[in-house]
Amino acid sequence: MSGISRRRFLAASVAGCAATTLAGPKKALAAGAFTGYSDSMGVLVDLTRCIGCRSCEAACNKEQALPAPDRPFNDMSIFDETFHGGTQKRRPDENAYTVVNRYEPEGSDEPIYRKVQCNHCNEPACLTSCFVNAYTKTQEGAVIYNNKVCVGCRNCMIACPFNVPGYSYSSAFDPIVKKCIFCHDTRLKNGLPPACVDICPQEALTFGMRKDLLKIGNQRIQTHPGRYVDHIYGEKELGGTSWMYLSSAPFDEVGFDANVSNEPIINNVKDFLGTVPMVLAIWPAMFTGFHLLAKKQAGHDNHDEKVEEQHGEEGGEQ
Amino acid sequence: MKSLIKSGVNVVDSHVNDKKDEDWSFIRKMMLGLHFGQYLGQALRNPFNWILGVIFAIGLPLIAYRFLFGLSVVTHASNDYPWGLFLGFGLFAMVPLSASGFMLGTTVEIFGRHDFEPVERLALLNGLLGYLFAVIYLLVDLGQPWRLPYPMVVSFGPAAVLFLVAWHVATYLSVQVAEVSVAFFEWIGWLGGKRFIRRIAIGLTVSGIILSTLHQGALGALFCYAPGKVHPLWFSASFQWIHFFCSSIPAGLCMVIAVSTIIKKTMAWRCDDNFLDNLDRCTLGLAKGASLALITYLVIKIIGIAHDNEWAYLATGWGAWFLFEMAVGVVLPIILFGYAIRHKIVGMARVGAFITVFGIVLNRLNTALITFNWQLYQEVPHIFEVIIAVTIFAIYVVVYRFILYRLPILYTWKAEPEAAFAADAAKATPVRMTTPAVEAVYRKID
Ligand code: SF4
Ligand code: SF4
Ligand code: SF4
Repeated sequence: MSGISRRRFLAASVAGCAATTLAGPKKALAAGAFTGYSDSMGVLVDLTRCIGCRSCEAACNKEQALPAPDRPFNDMSIFDETFHGGTQKRRPDENAYTVVNRYEPEGSDEPIYRKVQCNHCNEPACLTSCFVNAYTKTQEGAVIYNNKVCVGCRNCMIACPFNVPGYSYSSAFDPIVKKCIFCHDTRLKNGLPPACVDICPQEALTFGMRKDLLKIGNQRIQTHPGRYVDHIYGEKELGGTSWMYLSSAPFDEVGFDANVSNEPIINNVKDFLGTVPMVLAIWPAMFTGFHLLAKKQAGHDNHDEKVEEQHGEEGGEQ
Repeated sequence: MKSLIKSGVNVVDSHVNDKKDEDWSFIRKMMLGLHFGQYLGQALRNPFNWILGVIFAIGLPLIAYRFLFGLSVVTHASNDYPWGLFLGFGLFAMVPLSASGFMLGTTVEIFGRHDFEPVERLALLNGLLGYLFAVIYLLVDLGQPWRLPYPMVVSFGPAAVLFLVAWHVATYLSVQVAEVSVAFFEWIGWLGGKRFIRRIAIGLTVSGIILSTLHQGALGALFCYAPGKVHPLWFSASFQWIHFFCSSIPAGLCMVIAVSTIIKKTMAWRCDDNFLDNLDRCTLGLAKGASLALITYLVIKIIGIAHDNEWAYLATGWGAWFLFEMAVGVVLPIILFGYAIRHKIVGMARVGAFITVFGIVLNRLNTALITFNWQLYQEVPHIFEVIIAVTIFAIYVVVYRFILYRLPILYTWKAEPEAAFAADAAKATPVRMTTPAVEAVYRKID
């Protein structure tokens, strides 16, 4: 019996080791967390300047060759549209990479408009959650997506803390994720500002190096005391984003999730990823050990044999 | 089936032809030793088959519809709720309910508790089918299901939890195929294959434990990507994977109890005495394991709340819903199991098991669907989505039953025609071979 057990132990250990080596590179890559490029570009969105003209929506539609909208871009009644029992405003989807929403926060006589698009996070949740690595954070700061490898699990949509990516559910044979790509292919790559920034008549969108944008933002806050909330949304949120916002109203009153932490999403998952190699390393030896112990005990009172007999099991255990 | 057995039909359970007038061919095994007419007759007499027929008549065209016209025609195509019922139920609930394979494998093979052997094969099969159908649910849900192998061969996202899930579920599926193949090899009569698997059984079981620990946990860890979306009571950044792993233990064990209960009620003709006589004892044993795991689960759930200091949420509406889930899905079964074990009331343990299964399914649905986006709005799945989910579950039941009818899962395959198993054959032949039908009739009577 012990001969067989030893052989089994070896076999099990080998299996365990194989599994461990298999997981080796996994861990190594997982540990090398990504922290964004220092020279990345970004956009500062100043909500106090935005007049809700929706030109950016139109420009994006054209630049990204998206389908024509149901209602024209100069139809401002679209701001009255709400969904799901009036709780939700419009959001980016497969037909629109960016949308502008209107808010009427208390204590402000003017409505506030907010443009929504992908924020191009420094440590994008969509990127880290994707199991085929469809996303790339480019040197310029854009988070782009490769539809050639996407399987369509939509984990990135679960993960995105800003609910940005949309999915072309209506396509049966080639559904893909659709989201703002910072106009990477057509503009950003060549050092040009994105289409929506270019067209904005109010200069509500400022394109530039992220670190410069932070300076500009802080300057505006300082030179116009009382005009802004003293906070740049996106400076630290979820590890920082390339697109950042200035606002005159508290951010949670104009559609932002003010409760997000400053930790990138991936940090939540690191606890678990860290335990993986542990389990792989410890479990095989531990359970094979249990097995040998159990075997020994069973041998003492002939438990095995008894049961074998009574069950007529040909188990091949002996 | 019962009436056929009463009328003297022998159900196939051996390679040896005791009638000598017919071939023991593959077809014969497939038809359970019945004639075509008899087989069809028993299938048509079973009202359950008619229910299945109705489900398939509606559901199968809908599945075709989904693949031809895209997800948007059968789901709400929601960008806020990317994962609907297919994953919320099909993946997140089916996988824990299928933890039975590795649980019983560990109990029997590793801890040497051979007294659980009568239900081991059932548990292994339950595991295999559960995983298989979780993958099928996934295939229905994926935007581009034909790319399912991509994470293995085309493009790697190794920092992603889902990458781990994909690899582990794929590997574990093969492990389970190997484990269950023992029964298949017996059935087709290829003993070489069977002996080979028996020899590597420990290796398989240990790798099963590793893979299960990791991917059961990983399914929980998937929600760590959405810390703001899942309600805090169902979410714990540090403990999510332990919660999922720990609750998969009672889920798997109780699923075996639940399935065996159904089998006992509806399929007793297919079980041998070894299974039927030991089932009550095994049920109580499993219940004991499940109740210990449930207690652990309850404790770590409380620790999870305490750790993140979420007590205040308990006073809200969500808190009431959470307390309901805990009271019905966890505390109630613990009490039932405790009482059942003390007073040896098997029926009560069975009720407890069904409730536990319900509780775990509820927990997974709560995490993935009901409390997901609790700050946004509540998504109610599209009716077609519900129908497709039910249809796939019905296919699961049919495949499950198909295998149980045939492979030696619930009964012991008799008369191994090889010297290595001569002792067995000798034991089995004289006693059983001649009288299975009579035995079956007795069983029906008592
Ligand atoms: S905002 Fe969402 S989609 Fe855009 S980079 Fe961040 S996580 Fe990805
Ligand atoms: S849906 Fe596509 S891009 Fe998103 S995580 Fe899945 S495979 Fe990656
Ligand atoms: S950056 Fe380009 S893709 Fe993104 S919203 Fe602006 S125009 Fe659209």
